[in-house]
Amino acid sequence: MAGYCGKILRVNLTDGQIKQETLDISLAKKFVGGRGLATYFITQEVPADTDALGEGNKLIFSAGPLTGSKVPTGGRYMVVTKSPLSGTIASSNSGGFFGAELKHAGYDMIIFEGKSEKPCYLYINDDVVELKCAGKVWGKMVSETTDALIAEVGEDKARVAAIGPAGEKLSLIASIMNEKYRAAGRSGVGAVMGSKNLKAVVVRGTGKLAAADEEKAKEVIKGVMEKIRQCDVTAKGLPAYGTAVLVNVINETGIYPTKNFMEAYTSRADETSGETLADKYLVKNTACYRCPIACGRLCKVDGVEAEGPEYETIWAYSADCGVYDLPAVIKANNLCNEYGLDTISAGATIACAMELYEKGLIKDEELDGVPLEFGSSEAIVEWTRKMGAGEGLGAKMAMGSYRLAESYGRAELSMSVKKLELPAYDPRGVQGYGLQVATTNRGGCHVRGYLISPEILGLPESIARTSIEGKAGWVKVFQDLTAVIDSLGMCLFTSFAIGADDYTDLFNAVVGEEWTGAELLKAGERIWNMERMFNLAAGIEPCEDKLPKRLVDEPIPAGPSKGQVHRLAELLPQYYKERGWSEEGKPCAEKLAALGI
Amino acid sequence: MTVEVRLFASFRNGRFKMKDVETEAGYSVGDVLGKLEIPVAEVGILMVNGESAAFERTLAAGDVLAVFPAVGGG
Ligand code: SF4
Repeated sequence: MAGYCGKILRVNLTDGQIKQETLDISLAKKFVGGRGLATYFITQEVPADTDALGEGNKLIFSAGPLTGSKVPTGGRYMVVTKSPLSGTIASSNSGGFFGAELKHAGYDMIIFEGKSEKPCYLYINDDVVELKCAGKVWGKMVSETTDALIAEVGEDKARVAAIGPAGEKLSLIASIMNEKYRAAGRSGVGAVMGSKNLKAVVVRGTGKLAAADEEKAKEVIKGVMEKIRQCDVTAKGLPAYGTAVLVNVINETGIYPTKNFMEAYTSRADETSGETLADKYLVKNTACYRCPIACGRLCKVDGVEAEGPEYETIWAYSADCGVYDLPAVIKANNLCNEYGLDTISAGATIACAMELYEKGLIKDEELDGVPLEFGSSEAIVEWTRKMGAGEGLGAKMAMGSYRLAESYGRAELSMSVKKLELPAYDPRGVQGYGLQVATTNRGGCHVRGYLISPEILGLPESIARTSIEGKAGWVKVFQDLTAVIDSLGMCLFTSFAIGADDYTDLFNAVVGEEWTGAELLKAGERIWNMERMFNLAAGIEPCEDKLPKRLVDEPIPAGPSKGQVHRLAELLPQYYKERGWSEEGKPCAEKLAALGI
Repeated sequence: MTVEVRLFASFRNGRFKMKDVETEAGYSVGDVLGKLEIPVAEVGILMVNGESAAFERTLAAGDVLAVFPAVGGG
């Protein structure tokens, strides 16, 4: 049973009952843990057509077999549910310390079901588990909530995952924040938590987790640590500049979406780059549980110290909104963290609103005196606040860019896939990445098979970004491997330094298996297909494997990638074939049988 | 002739962000890096006019050469 605690907490918020269940370990291994295992539970227990914000939806906090272990970066957990934003399966990953603490308390997973009558929070202190009243913190910001609940339970070392006012108000782009700054950000998981009147989960765990083979684990971990130390990305680039080191790389390639993807290059990128952030605002690096990379940034602006912003956040608020003002970007990031909003979706929704305003669709009367003009520092800060507080047009914007643009009859101006806002790369100039985001089960997301790595960063090898040759195969392998890393409970950034065989060695040593790399990847493929099946049952048809019209019809107007469009129509049939699906993009019975689902 | 060299991340330390560098016809990317004393082993990403380029690539007047150490994020 090593690696897993073997216990699940099932919390019925409607009647307040809390049960401990035994985890079937062979089932856990089949779906690895974390994202995979929780998705299995959702597919078994939540009818796909359930109203995501209704009592029938469930919300699962799920750690992996390596979460809480001695494996470097083994602190990750997943929040899995049906997304109210996209209607797809949602699985949002977060780092920090919360996931490890949950495992140390003795649980692999918490399944929340039903809906509490009054605002509540769950407090776990090893074996003692209770639902408590959250009346005093309802309506409060994330940091105030976190501090107040730690004080209330009287455990300095407790870890808190909480929603802010945005989740309470059911914003479809609401996040769940742990340790104040780490986010299970995407797909509106915070709204599901809010719909259940669940303000927070507070956990303190003092148990220790042993690997199946301690000696072997020690040796494998030593080898992995060495690779992380030897790799320039994990040993130098990420610690020195954080994820924002990408600003200039992506801009120089001409795939840095600017002004709601109307352009893909800006001469002003360096004003809000990782280099500038490190020069002017960085106080110190921060790290998640057992992480030797420490890519986190503690930054200071106007006397306020807080963590972030990450690359994607900088892009969303800077180039995408045409604002080259780091203090304003940092303030907007801090507001997202406090209100509990996904920074990518929030920034990208403001960018979409700016285009709607520029085109005369949003009228001045709707703006309460804060024009949504591209380039306005005031707009990105104030409209983030309004979205978080649900004020005026901000309440509509808090439902994400798709619903906003659709309400003005121009849904195509939402730069999203399956209603989830696209991140910081223009698919037109990077073909494999475009295929990846078009086919990702949770919608427009970059971290479900990060093709930017080989296509732009040259890791683990360089492949031509504008070519479509062989890309379907790359996308499949990257998607499957990522599903495994997410399910193990490790940080994806380790994949810059280690490969499938290393993950397999870590899994084997901790869990006590003798899997091959191929078996681990097959588990990833199983997870991917299971997610796809949930989406199909939820009515998300393969025709949703698409990119915004702009990205397939309008060539990039200027810059190093001028003239390029995304060739999705050519790539999609290759991808379905690579996956062994029907020509219509549906997993067939033989494929599912071969994967054991 | 000149080419525009843009340096990023740690390559800026003690050097510059952007500069027109004098070269001669036939100069390669590697030659320019040598002139700037940038160790080849530390180079992660090379771009000429936004396209990935090799050390052997011959530069033309007005080319933009962008040089990054190995970086990642996301
Ligand atoms: S690399 Fe960064 S995000 Fe990943 S575990 Fe380390 S500090 Fe956290």
